[in-house]
Amino acid sequence: MEALDTLLLSRIQFAANISFHILFPTITIALGWVLLFFRLRFAWTADEKWMAAYRFWVKIFALSFAMGVVSGITMSFQFGTNWPGFMETVGNIAGPLLAYEVLTAFFLEAAFVGIMLFGFSRVPGWLHITATALVAFGTTLSTFWIIVLNSWMHTPQGYEIVDGVAFATSWWDIIFNPSMPYRFAHMMLASFLTVAFLVAGVSAFRWILGERSREVRAMLKTGVTIAALLIPVQIYMGDMHGLNTLEYQPQKVAAMEGNWETGPNVPLLLFALPDEEARENRFEIGVPSGASVILKHKPEGVVPGLNDFVAEDGTPQHPPVMQVFWSFRVMVGTGMAMLALSWTALAYMWLRRDRHEGRVAGHKLAVEGLPKPLLWALVPMAFSGWVATLAGWYTTEIGRQPWLVQGVMTTEMAVAEVPAPMVMGTLIAYLAVYATLLIAYVGVIAYLARKAARGRDAGADSMSHSGKAQVAALTPAE
Amino acid sequence: MFPDFSNPADWLPWAFASLMGLSILVYVVLDGFDLGVGILFPLADRGEQDRMIGSIGPFWDANETWLVLAVGLLLVAFPMAHGMILSQLYLPVFAMLIGLILRGVAFEFRAKARDRHKALWNRLFFVGSLTTALAQGFMLGLYIMGLVRTQDTYFFAALTGIFLAVGYSFIGATWLVHKTTGPLQAKALGWARLSLWGVVSGIAAVSLTTPLVSDRILAKWFSFPEILWLAPLPLLSAALIAAIWIMLRRMPFAGDRHNWLPFAASSVLFALAYVGLAYSFYPFVVPEQLTIYEAAAAPESLMIILVGACFVVPVILGYSVLAYVIFRGKATELRYE
Ligand code: HDD
Ligand code: HEM
Ligand code: HEM
Repeated sequence: MEALDTLLLSRIQFAANISFHILFPTITIALGWVLLFFRLRFAWTADEKWMAAYRFWVKIFALSFAMGVVSGITMSFQFGTNWPGFMETVGNIAGPLLAYEVLTAFFLEAAFVGIMLFGFSRVPGWLHITATALVAFGTTLSTFWIIVLNSWMHTPQGYEIVDGVAFATSWWDIIFNPSMPYRFAHMMLASFLTVAFLVAGVSAFRWILGERSREVRAMLKTGVTIAALLIPVQIYMGDMHGLNTLEYQPQKVAAMEGNWETGPNVPLLLFALPDEEARENRFEIGVPSGASVILKHKPEGVVPGLNDFVAEDGTPQHPPVMQVFWSFRVMVGTGMAMLALSWTALAYMWLRRDRHEGRVAGHKLAVEGLPKPLLWALVPMAFSGWVATLAGWYTTEIGRQPWLVQGVMTTEMAVAEVPAPMVMGTLIAYLAVYATLLIAYVGVIAYLARKAARGRDAGADSMSHSGKAQVAALTPAE
Repeated sequence: MFPDFSNPADWLPWAFASLMGLSILVYVVLDGFDLGVGILFPLADRGEQDRMIGSIGPFWDANETWLVLAVGLLLVAFPMAHGMILSQLYLPVFAMLIGLILRGVAFEFRAKARDRHKALWNRLFFVGSLTTALAQGFMLGLYIMGLVRTQDTYFFAALTGIFLAVGYSFIGATWLVHKTTGPLQAKALGWARLSLWGVVSGIAAVSLTTPLVSDRILAKWFSFPEILWLAPLPLLSAALIAAIWIMLRRMPFAGDRHNWLPFAASSVLFALAYVGLAYSFYPFVVPEQLTIYEAAAAPESLMIILVGACFVVPVILGYSVLAYVIFRGKATELRYE
């Protein structure tokens, strides 16, 4: 009992820590590239609005980056404090991957982020651009390594077990394990979508507050366009990812679909309350044969059921159904909301492009075309990427239980023998700190947005239409 | 002392222990100075505080990465030891992490939050830095005590915690001597002079206790010819301490020349103390329980990392130096421009 309590608490603590951590990488990974985009637009067009956009978002980047770094340090200590069994068993494989992440990615990001944030007036323009690019590249590289490790935990290959310890037999197979390409692509897209909605949402907020500057227009258009372009790709990628999972972790897909019996014509459930005791769903609402069509591309396609994954003695060998089932629906639901909102917004901006104030030739989108309710809808969606990303990770990770490394070791095998009350104490403290920091983080973003909007009201609007005169004073290389 | 270089299973653990030792040392010196600046923070006034922040702003993140590397190397090269050490140190590790979180984010928040919240973030920056230093010193103390946990060892660990916090303040103050001018520099000189005595007592306390805890270390220190290896350490340290003291008394020199000297000398002093410790514990990674050879991961995996490290580490050093060169000179208030 004691051991189980420690196990459960350690799991909750790990989940809390990594959930908190992933929020910030999700932002920095893509925001780095978006900042590079702003910075390059400024270098090419010498239009001050891009620099203003850069200056605003670089502050949020700096804040997110710091949150990502400090919560990431917590992650790397967790392996030792709570999960010593993990490294003792698969350390020969996880170790080099983590080491490469630190050596190739973390140092790169950490060294150049200083130049990116504070070097604008100290280094030549090309070096500042290079630093920005290297930071963006570094975050992407670190995503790659950590996703390789995580994917290997889901679909391990290229190893052998000798005396209960894993040894690498092929690094190529380990790195390019079957689920890695899908998971990496899905995560990168998730990050870009999160940032697209964040940029669009915060800009919509500034617009609602009455700021009519050119930079707000530019940012709002950038955000909505990226979102509208990427969300269909993400949905397609998610579908491919699901098919890959069907092949390697059928029990996870069975849980995602809430399907108990293997068979054809399995419905796509829109709502249900899976009941593991009774081994059936209550209050089912579904599209007939929907799941069969999505997973097998034909109504009579056979979809695996959870009852295939029960041991002789009746203990389930599949993940907890309720959590996986609902996390999956939250992710897909958020994805659908993103699709609806971004396309509607883009359509309005395009159809009503002639409303563009000042009517400069060449404008293909006009922010003025957005109806009020749509602007208001964009504001809460600023953090929708977080919701979908967390839900997605919960689907993936809870769906792997009871395994820690699929087929190699269970989570229970890895846990440290730390007394349960101690884990409880630290867990509560972490949660308190995280809750406070999250409130502060969102509060500061809102405050920066208000301050920017207020700055405009107070007459700093001079740059908004007088283009050229301002630009001459500030060369891109400055 | 040195391994058999013809046998990978023999020299790889040694190489990784050296690499890990090196990154801990680099971490202690580099993050030491920025944690120290955090500890000294409340002693300065508002304008000075902004310059203090400016003096560490572009560096602190890269400095902390050395901690990530050190724990990463422990994790990958000595998986057995990693679990043993860190689950023994569960609570101090937790305290350190909370400290690191608080100071890292307070650093960013204070620059962006509304004015009435700034004082709160300033306080958290100090509290976080202090907690981190105390926790690290506490862990060092317990480690020296062989990870045995009794009332006496806790007492000793608490003492090393305080000494390390003072040590960090000292190296932080010498950093400020280098990066600032005028009244703030004068203040920093004062802080450095005061905390130097803490450093001296800390080194003395640790040096006196270490051989008492372990007969093995006692034998290692005072047997011939090993004692010849060790003898230069205390002599050099004493000379350095004297030199630093004289410098600090006379500084700032005319034209603010050689303002980097105290920081450089302190770094060497830290390195000497560190080498002494490393010498005493080698070849153990968990004191008196597990040697680096017993704890090491598979040679194939270590080789993969080492090959990568040989290419990447020089590049890392290159661009780390670049960052210090770009932000050389006196600190100003930080701006995102
Ligand atoms: C999808 C991406 C992703 C995922 C799944 C993780 N991380 Fe992370 N991590 C990043 C993406 C990232 C990043 C974008 O690269 C960060 C954010 C800010 C930064 O500096 O790098 C980062 C920072 C970061 C740092 C601080 C690096 C520094 O000092 O600069 C550490 C130690 C870790 N992470 C460790 C982990 C561990 C042990 C994880 C899993 C168990 C993990 N991260 C999951
Ligand atoms: C970054 C996004 C991630 C999130 C949000 C996430 C979330 C979670 C959650 C919620 C659990 C708990 C599952 C349960 O107990 O039922 C878990 C378990 C775990 N995950 Fe992940 N995970 C992420 C990435 C990773 C990565 C990249 C790794 C490996 C490097 C990893 C390693 C683990 C380990 C070791 C456990 C075991 C602890 C446990 O089962 O609770 N996770 N994760
Ligand atoms: C709307 C259609 C979507 C589908 C069909 C879909 C599908 C999937 C599937 C099947 C998984 C589980 C992978 C596994 O088996 O381990 C997954 C995971 C995940 N999803 Fe989605 N997804 C969609 C939308 C989104 C959106 C909009 C986001 C975020 C903006 C997102 C973020 C994630 C993340 C972060 C993971 C965990 C990492 C991974 O395993 O790739 N997904 N998704």
